[in-house]
Amino acid sequence: MAKIKTAAELLSYKEALLKKKKDENKKTVAVCCGTGCNAIGAPKVVEAFRAEVAAQGLNDKVEIKATGCQGFCERGTVVTIGDERLWYQRVQPEAVKEIVEKTVKGGEVLDAHLYDDPTTGKKCKTESEIPFYKNQQRLLLGHNAELEPTSIDDYISIGGYEGFVKAVDMGADAVIDEMKKATVRGRGGGGFQAGRKWETCRNVESDKRYIICNADEGDPGAFMDCSILEGKPHSVIEGMLVAAFAIGSDEGYIYVRHEYPLAIRRLTIALEQAREKGFLGENILGSGLNFDIKINRGGGAFVCGESTALMASIEGQVGEPRAKHIHTVVSGLYGKPTNLNNVETYANVPLIMVNGADWYLSKGTKGSPGTKCFSLVGKVNNTGLVEAEMGTTLRQIIFDVGGGIANGRKFKAVQTGGPSGGCLPESKLDLSVDFDTLWEEGSMMGSGGMIVMDDATCMVDTAKYFLNFLKFESCGKCTTCREGLRKLHMLVSEVSEGKGDETTLPMIEELCEVVEKGSLCALGQTGVNPVKSTLKFFREEYEAHIKEKKCPAGVCTSLITYEITDACTGCLVCKKRCPENCISGEKDKKHVIDTEKCIKCGICMDACKFDAIRIY
Amino acid sequence: METAKVDVIIEKYNGEASSLLAIMQDVQDEANYLPREAVEYISKKLDVPVARIYSMATFYESFHLEPRGKNICTVCMGTACHVRGAERLVEQLERDLDVSSGGTTKDGLFSIEEVNCVGACALGPLLIVNGEYHGNQTTNSVSKLIKKMKKNEGGE
Repeated sequence: MAKIKTAAELLSYKEALLKKKKDENKKTVAVCCGTGCNAIGAPKVVEAFRAEVAAQGLNDKVEIKATGCQGFCERGTVVTIGDERLWYQRVQPEAVKEIVEKTVKGGEVLDAHLYDDPTTGKKCKTESEIPFYKNQQRLLLGHNAELEPTSIDDYISIGGYEGFVKAVDMGADAVIDEMKKATVRGRGGGGFQAGRKWETCRNVESDKRYIICNADEGDPGAFMDCSILEGKPHSVIEGMLVAAFAIGSDEGYIYVRHEYPLAIRRLTIALEQAREKGFLGENILGSGLNFDIKINRGGGAFVCGESTALMASIEGQVGEPRAKHIHTVVSGLYGKPTNLNNVETYANVPLIMVNGADWYLSKGTKGSPGTKCFSLVGKVNNTGLVEAEMGTTLRQIIFDVGGGIANGRKFKAVQTGGPSGGCLPESKLDLSVDFDTLWEEGSMMGSGGMIVMDDATCMVDTAKYFLNFLKFESCGKCTTCREGLRKLHMLVSEVSEGKGDETTLPMIEELCEVVEKGSLCALGQTGVNPVKSTLKFFREEYEAHIKEKKCPAGVCTSLITYEITDACTGCLVCKKRCPENCISGEKDKKHVIDTEKCIKCGICMDACKFDAIRIY
Repeated sequence: METAKVDVIIEKYNGEASSLLAIMQDVQDEANYLPREAVEYISKKLDVPVARIYSMATFYESFHLEPRGKNICTVCMGTACHVRGAERLVEQLERDLDVSSGGTTKDGLFSIEEVNCVGACALGPLLIVNGEYHGNQTTNSVSKLIKKMKKNEGGE
């Protein structure tokens, strides 16, 4: 593969690709191969399509693409067909033969694979008709269904690396001015303006500067960065290239969680391709810029998402944060000026370069322009990867895009911002989702995890869950964080076990303040948010645990009892499956649980086909 | 683990001590855990104290200092999986395999591990067996899977 040496060569290469595509006039079958769809067997669907297309002699008419995440994980494996993006859901390998024969070859739409809009009852043929997609603005993710992440040609066809060309045309100063004008805010959660960071880093006197991409997406329940890396890895590389050009750096790092093996694989391929094509290496596109990127795998420590800890980890040290009296843009990796942004922030950069800051400012809100990716998960109907304009309300995201609460239950809370964020109740659903609004309400946007909870979720248990997480992930450097979170976890556990008394809640509140004020990095400072926000909005639930010794949601095992109702048909299934042999009863007669022996494992409830077991 | 294999890994990173984390990760990928001899060997080759390697190995969650089971059952403990009952999957595995989470069965066939989130939230609760994802699990489906695996291993 020949190197592309100039901007003009890139454009003629792209023209040739587009012409070839037009001449071949192949129909595209795009099979979603994001982490979610892969897990339910997307690779087998791809294989089946390849085999079937070959068997029917359609190889020169049809192109099968294994794409990155197309978003609607709940309906995987997702397959989109043709330029009109006919949208098929839950495709299994067995269905492939018929799809190729009837749809791909014959142009017939198969109703069985279409999405039913639950509100109108109408079958949706194309992506644009589906409420989940209709209510989004997919600037970063929209192309995912068109390109194979392992093909640099696909990325070039949609205008890839032209943002870098534009940046070189503009010159480094103008790039930084444009970034500052666009007021892009860091998508990792901090919300600090990227343009200002770039400017400071560039202005520091130094012989060496580093560019780092933070892909240590540690928030549980968040997979936006993972999906961007898996679906469009070149957009991140291009964003880093622009940063390197503007700041004047020759060395970059991408620090990825080791829990994302697929993202690492695709990124590795993308980097190799970028090197082959000349987008990494020396004198890139004749710009005079020399730049290359290395991948560093994380070691499974949440705290390494913090910039100073991450840099320590790249240096081969234990990932402990340090006090930031001197910012990392001045003295970061190996003591040199270092610009660190998150995956999604870099992915925004090429768009800003190509379309300009004014275009970017027209999206989103005044203080938070652009769009934001969210992973919409939990007890919501349409679990998936969502991209919405900043300023969209929580209600729009959860109900219009997300399709409301699963299993006909009632909305209770939405958790944003991971372990640093908070839980917001129904009364806050009309809040605009942007950096500042959520912060004012004691939550935060964070990197974009959005976990929806229904009335069967206990808020005390949720707070306990996050404290347990943070307690393990605290690096231990600050006493308030290390001991404070441990103690907080103990106190909240006491509440969940019904052992709390009137002194417990005031003690929790006081301790929250100590941890918040006494910790060095955001892990401790914001780690109390899940407790504080649940106490603020769901205090009565804590009180029910303490005063009435009840868990209203039926989650905290110490405070619940399982019971068999009259709906029991006496089928013996629960009796057989009970690990403690504490269910008695004869065939066709109602069974009884011995509550003394019951360990509340919930197996009987899972096993019962008649919904005859309840918790009180 | 043979020292020759460790040599190849160290060579890959030009013997630089700054690549310690990556070297340790590659050794673990090879041996499934961090053998004591390998740690001592790396220490000597890179001129880094053993204590520093151990401090890294105990700080970063992904390292294991004991041999792990032939089959590794990992439960995703992300928030989305948690609200859908991941805890109960762990309890079921503990009962079926008679070992606590984080441990390995006496016959060395199974390990139970937990991971913070793998980003397949739509499929929660999620169980990963030897790298293969099993979504929307219940205590019942977990039990069936374990039974099948035990049978394949020629056990009960």
